[in-house]
Amino acid sequence: MRITADLERCVGAGQCVLTEPAVFDQNDDDGTVIVRRATADDDETIRRVREAVHLCPSQALTLTEPGPPR
Amino acid sequence: MTASPVLPLKRSCPYAPPAEHLRLQQQEPVARVTLPDGSTAWALSRLEDIRTMLTDPRFSSDRQRDGYPLQPPGRPRAADERPVLIGLDPPEHGEARRAVVGEFTIKRMNAMRPRIQEIVDDCLDAVLAGPRPTDLVPTLALPVPSLVICELLGVPYTDHDFFQSRSANLLHRSTPAQERFAAAQEIREYMATLIAEKAKTPGDDLLSRQLGKGADHRDLAGLGFLLLLAGHETTGNMISLGTMTLLERPEALAALKRDPAVTPQIVEELLRYFTIAEYVTSRIAVEDVEIGGVLIRAGEGVITLANAANRDPAAFTDGDTFDIDRGARHHIAFGFGAHQCLGQNLARVELQIVFDTLFARIPDLRLAVPADELSFKDDSTVYGLHSLPVTW
Ligand code: SF4
Repeated sequence: MRITADLERCVGAGQCVLTEPAVFDQNDDDGTVIVRRATADDDETIRRVREAVHLCPSQALTLTEPGPPR
Repeated sequence: MTASPVLPLKRSCPYAPPAEHLRLQQQEPVARVTLPDGSTAWALSRLEDIRTMLTDPRFSSDRQRDGYPLQPPGRPRAADERPVLIGLDPPEHGEARRAVVGEFTIKRMNAMRPRIQEIVDDCLDAVLAGPRPTDLVPTLALPVPSLVICELLGVPYTDHDFFQSRSANLLHRSTPAQERFAAAQEIREYMATLIAEKAKTPGDDLLSRQLGKGADHRDLAGLGFLLLLAGHETTGNMISLGTMTLLERPEALAALKRDPAVTPQIVEELLRYFTIAEYVTSRIAVEDVEIGGVLIRAGEGVITLANAANRDPAAFTDGDTFDIDRGARHHIAFGFGAHQCLGQNLARVELQIVFDTLFARIPDLRLAVPADELSFKDDSTVYGLHSLPVTW
């Protein structure tokens, strides 16, 4: 699964970092999210990233199926 | 048809939202309500509806718009008063928040742990050296967050009595408009002077760093005011309410003493269970929007019954039960959407350290009065305890 973040929307609440620090970090200057890994493969990581998507107050995160091969 | 309820209502049980809020949630999740000034607004009480509303840009946070609900009566405004953070909409809000949010990242909050620990230990040293029984509100619950926010902002702690009295005045619903105005004016003037001094001799603190980034002095005074106010009362009330709750629930307390790893879970459940600042997330519609099947028209106010929402059966099984194992992180005690509490992770760290340290250092702490004699802040914007007499 692909993890993406919309930095325009992110308000730096850090809910994602609290939920899955292995995937998310925050920029030291403006607190916006840094996605450390672009994909989640194992079930546990996917579960946590899903939770982070749900908790993110600004709906800045998305978890998507990789698109069809082109 | 029942007459529309007049909000705000008081809690009848200290551990539960007003019964009327829960009735609305079941029977009229988007309800027409009357406000003390005779105007009407909508009240939302389902978690999903509130999340939807708070992430919809067609609802504004601008408290200066006519019809913004639950503003203190006859609110006089200072001539140079400009909206800060909580009162801003995009795109100004995003810019203003981004300028300061780097001060509140998880990393930074964790880096503050040793200093917060020191502050908590100092307060508890004084408690242990003092008389028994003692009131934990002035000796622990208020000073810890006050010291922390003063230090973060670079406000001399010697001035904190001044802020504490003024901010209590501001938050109390029955404070006469004139007095409220005077209190706000005094804090504003204090901030302006402090910022002028920091502009000359910067320190290692948030206000100085913002000045260094070129912040406008007046805007910064407003921000300092807001952070100071937000940092004084809220966490303090959660400390006293949380301590009371743990003292009344031996199983939860035993779990906390056994394994500090469960403390964050307990803190999260306490936040959900009390939801001490529920009306702060009110909004005003700037366009016609349908929420939960009801059309809310432009110009109409919307009040969020966040305390009821944090017990919404659709989101929390058996929400009236205090359950440290539930995993309550999707509560909206810190709000939701772009305005979600800036200081939430600081609050989490403070609460975790306070509860861990308090019960480790005073393991046989107990209430010094029967629980039903405790007095609650039923008439304040932020719910809490007036005093918490304890002994050991
Ligand atoms: S939870 Fe959302 S808003 Fe907060 S830092 Fe992460 S992506 Fe940004």
